[in-house]
Amino acid sequence: MADAAPAVLDAHAEGGHRGPGNLGDRVFNGVLWTLGIMVLVVAGLIVLNLALVARPLAKEHSIWGFITSTEWNPIEEHYGALPFLYGTLVTSAVSIVLAVPIAIGLGLFITQFAPPKLGRVLTIPVELLAAIPSVVYGLWGLFVVVPWLRSAIEPWLGKYFGWVPLFTGPPIGLGYLASGLILAVMILPTIVAVSVEVMKTTPEANREAALALGATKWESVMMAVIPYSRAGILGAVLLGLGRALGETMAVTMVIGNAPQISASLFAPGYSLPAVIANEFAEAVSSVHIGALAGLGLILFATTFILNAAARVLVTAVQKGPGRISG
Amino acid sequence: MMNLHSSFLYRKMVDRGMAVVCALLFLVAFIPLLSVLWLVITKGAAGLSWDFFTQLPKPVGEEGGGIGNALIGTLAMVAIACVLGLPLGVGAGVYLAEKGDGTIGNTIRFMAEVLSGVPSIVIGIVAYALVVKPMGHFSALAGGVALAILMIPTLARATEELVRLVPGSLREASLALGVPNWKTSMRVVIRTAMSGIVTACLLAVARAAGETAPLIFTALNNQYWNFDPRAPTASLTVQIYNYAISPYDDWHTKAWTASLVLLLVVGMLNVASRVMTRSRLKGAR
Repeated sequence: MADAAPAVLDAHAEGGHRGPGNLGDRVFNGVLWTLGIMVLVVAGLIVLNLALVARPLAKEHSIWGFITSTEWNPIEEHYGALPFLYGTLVTSAVSIVLAVPIAIGLGLFITQFAPPKLGRVLTIPVELLAAIPSVVYGLWGLFVVVPWLRSAIEPWLGKYFGWVPLFTGPPIGLGYLASGLILAVMILPTIVAVSVEVMKTTPEANREAALALGATKWESVMMAVIPYSRAGILGAVLLGLGRALGETMAVTMVIGNAPQISASLFAPGYSLPAVIANEFAEAVSSVHIGALAGLGLILFATTFILNAAARVLVTAVQKGPGRISG
Repeated sequence: MMNLHSSFLYRKMVDRGMAVVCALLFLVAFIPLLSVLWLVITKGAAGLSWDFFTQLPKPVGEEGGGIGNALIGTLAMVAIACVLGLPLGVGAGVYLAEKGDGTIGNTIRFMAEVLSGVPSIVIGIVAYALVVKPMGHFSALAGGVALAILMIPTLARATEELVRLVPGSLREASLALGVPNWKTSMRVVIRTAMSGIVTACLLAVARAAGETAPLIFTALNNQYWNFDPRAPTASLTVQIYNYAISPYDDWHTKAWTASLVLLLVVGMLNVASRVMTRSRLKGAR
């Protein structure tokens, strides 16, 4: 609509100083275009530089060998990414298992059960959780969560669920479980915020139709809200997963930093971001730096794909199927 | 059983039960927040003193000492990030809102969304390759560049949303008066969205001030005062990390106190942005 006006102006002021062809507009458009394109340039720079730093590794190692080898020994120049991949996957999985049910419950409470005013107020503590810097979570994890897991939770889990391989071994505190628990707290706000956004897009008509048929509030949630926003909630979970995979400081401080693979969640491990954070500054050889950048590249590719998928899902729900209101 | 499931009482109980469960989940989510805030305040307040803000860190075993150089370092790197990142982020956002409806616009928007989820540690590697490697040593500049790259995508998306909120009638009124497009954009549309954009910038600064991972191997650390952007620099967050993983009780206390300072800074920026949002909403009415 806005474009129609300048076309008229242009007809009257051809060659003058008012139409879209005037100098001011051309400069303004050029500057804006350049600034917009810079986002793509930054994206290109990220990929290019990661690949450049990682290149020395590709000369020494095969990619498959790098991913599947379990030995990480910078002194002997042997680099295997598997313990870090495993640690990242396990801690993220733990965080998703813990955070998703809570996040969906919170989302439903904010959008469906709480009075609208209370719902708005309740988003504030969720935003606060997101505003706390990750190094502060790490500090809290190290001095509060880890001792608590070591003295209370892990012995209890071992006593009653020790027959599950996940809960065996000595209760150390530092390890996969501690990391997963702290990650769960950290990704909760992301999942809640996006879930609330998509749950809000459920058409009133759908909910009211369920209520008019005699459904209780909970039944209307299960019949109207959840089915409508399911794909968007999945997108929210993927966004949370992306955050969990890449979270560095909190995990570095509580995972134990041991490059090993253990079935037990009580055992210390290592994660992709943690090893980059710990070794990059001290890495001397270009192959060592290359191996760390290679881990970074894996991390980049994974989070890129996850975020892209999440965005597609969330946008699809927000746009809506169109046939309901139309 | 079928009878039981369809009985009104049973369904009513499920309904109430689930509402209570959802409310209880809220309490579960509250516990970590309260725990973090409570411990940072109680454990951190003990170490607060004037010296903590103005002195250099002392070696282990010596009483006193502060994080003055880390505060300056964080300030300097956030300032560098603002100089580089704010114009690019806001500019890209304005482009998306004003001209971003075509294929290029959609590509940029999608990229900005996806990039905002890239882990900050990965951006650290990029800043290392861009700045540290060519210069040959760690520097505040490299840290600032990393923070700037982190700012751009989030800021671009936030700015776009805020500029798009400006009513089309305002733009049309201006165009109808014969004001050229660029002047309409700058003086009417962007000015109307300005307080919102400032809010987004404050939040971006708050986020940058709390980043640790991309600074560890770009800015590294420094035991002394440093006012040279080409030299390694201490930062509040890296200092907290170093104090926290050390084996000394005295340093742990310092980590809590430094965390309190960091939370105060981040909190003030968040409150400021909230106040601005509120006054903007009032003005619109």
